[in-house]
Amino acid sequence: MKQTSKHIIKVSNLSIGYTSKKNVSTIASNLNINLSSGNMVCLLGKNGIGKSTLLRTLTKVQPALSGEIFINNIKLEVLANNELAKIVSLVLTERLPDSSLTVFELVALGRQPFTNWIGYLTNEDMEIIQSAFEKTNTKHLMNSKCYELSDGQLQKVLIARALAQNTPIIVLDEPTAHLDLHHTINTFSLLKNLASEFNKTIIISTHEANLAMQLADELWLMSPSKFISGKTDDLIAENELNQLFDSKLISFNKTLKQFTITDSKLF
Amino acid sequence: MISPIKSYSNTFIILILVLVFIFFINLSLGSVYIPLKQLFFTLINGEVDKESWRSIILSYRLPKAITAIIVGSGLSISGLLMQTLFRNPLAGPFVLGISSGASLGVAVLILGASFLGANITSYAFNNFGLAIAASLGAFLVLSAVMLAALKVRNTMSILIIGLMFGSLTAAVISILAYFSSASQLQQYMFWSFGSLGNLSWKEIIALLIVFLIGISFVIFIIKPLNSLLLGENYAKSMGVNVKRTRNFVLIATSLLTGVITAFSGPIAFIGLAVPHLTKLLFNTSNHRILLPAVAVCGAIIMLICDSIAQLPTSEYTLPINAITSLFGAPIIIWLLVRKRKIYY
Repeated sequence: MKQTSKHIIKVSNLSIGYTSKKNVSTIASNLNINLSSGNMVCLLGKNGIGKSTLLRTLTKVQPALSGEIFINNIKLEVLANNELAKIVSLVLTERLPDSSLTVFELVALGRQPFTNWIGYLTNEDMEIIQSAFEKTNTKHLMNSKCYELSDGQLQKVLIARALAQNTPIIVLDEPTAHLDLHHTINTFSLLKNLASEFNKTIIISTHEANLAMQLADELWLMSPSKFISGKTDDLIAENELNQLFDSKLISFNKTLKQFTITDSKLF
Repeated sequence: MISPIKSYSNTFIILILVLVFIFFINLSLGSVYIPLKQLFFTLINGEVDKESWRSIILSYRLPKAITAIIVGSGLSISGLLMQTLFRNPLAGPFVLGISSGASLGVAVLILGASFLGANITSYAFNNFGLAIAASLGAFLVLSAVMLAALKVRNTMSILIIGLMFGSLTAAVISILAYFSSASQLQQYMFWSFGSLGNLSWKEIIALLIVFLIGISFVIFIIKPLNSLLLGENYAKSMGVNVKRTRNFVLIATSLLTGVITAFSGPIAFIGLAVPHLTKLLFNTSNHRILLPAVAVCGAIIMLICDSIAQLPTSEYTLPINAITSLFGAPIIIWLLVRKRKIYY
């Protein structure tokens, strides 16, 4: 089912959640998204609000309850998994299982949707892998074993793997969860650069709200009452950010463009 | 850009030379001493000093050595597949209940003989009879595990279900054993010792055909097995059909271990220990390298174990299962004591 639109991701009237034999538990409904390519999006919301469920639904790990999702103008339901793998790549928050894969082998795995049955790397594959290493500045790690890397290095290498998959969309689930401030900012600016310079569409679920305010082109805000998506500046102007957290505790300072503690006397 | 994936061709050439060397050593050793020169003459169908040597080699030692190679590589490949699928270094070819199923089949045939009547049993106790009983048992238990696996999405649960079926069959065998005579028990014990030497050429061809079918399943999952090293979610995101891969692994393992156990008894430890040894030797997780490496290493180690088991120059042959465990257990202990982390 083809539908022409300039939006790389188009979501209308989406409901997400889980179905079991007995009942349907809806986590969020009436989600609408129109996202153009080359944007960096930050998905913000409290723990347990359904950020991961949304990302899992958008990447076809779990089915939508209702509504429609178009990726690259193709309806998600009709996209075969190996076709989707050429459009969307993932950086997950889960730990990698132990293995003695080298960094090169890990990044090269990103070519799997494109290689032949035995996984032979052509010259073109090698060039794409090479450029993934260059973009993430991780070439010096190539011959290390993955278990030798620090958290910060590993995160960059995982992003390199997603780049090797060479997809227009990269989805990252809390990519900076284990990182210090230095590596967090480093990772965000790398992702921002990938979006603006290489026209990648980057979707990040994150708890780094203040950083998102400064770097994200668009925000997807999830709160118990509603889901809003839009340009960061528009959402700030429309005072949408105050609803994200409990206002007794945290409020949004419009001039600073930062979340601050509402009542300092609380402490 | 030059691929930084190490080429292991030198290691492979050395291993294959070692395999050929051990193969001939294995053929020349035994209760009767046969000079190497005469061994070669036999193999190229030339003049041999004693005709008895020719028949010892052609109808006993050669089939046994070939069986050892098939058994060693088949069990080791199954072990590697299980360790990758379950991401568990303690998984082996028998975790799916294959060996317990085969044991159950044989136990019912031998120990349950008193219920069946003597006519059937005397006929059934030849090699093929035991193989058929073992295959049936393995197939039954495995189908039960596979049926459960269809319902269960979690890979770890399949592992536990396999182990539970193992306990169940062990319990049934205990009860059968309790009501059996001493001679029946002895017969069952002999089967469970494992044996490489009882196969006729016909049986070897049957073994080889099923082995090749099993291997052909493996070849098609080398690529998805590598992406499974990152976990099921990453594998899925790279377009891997995880369910199909899992089924292929289960089918290949059950074919390989099923037929091997049917003909040579439940041979312990090879499937568990050889993949670890190979990973230490090659220091890689890439299945394109590991699978052939594990096959060759498994064949070498099985041939060594068999050479030891026949206690050169003596008339006695030790049970092969004792040798593989004597060999395997210390290696696993040594690995763990050295605290060298096992990557799988």
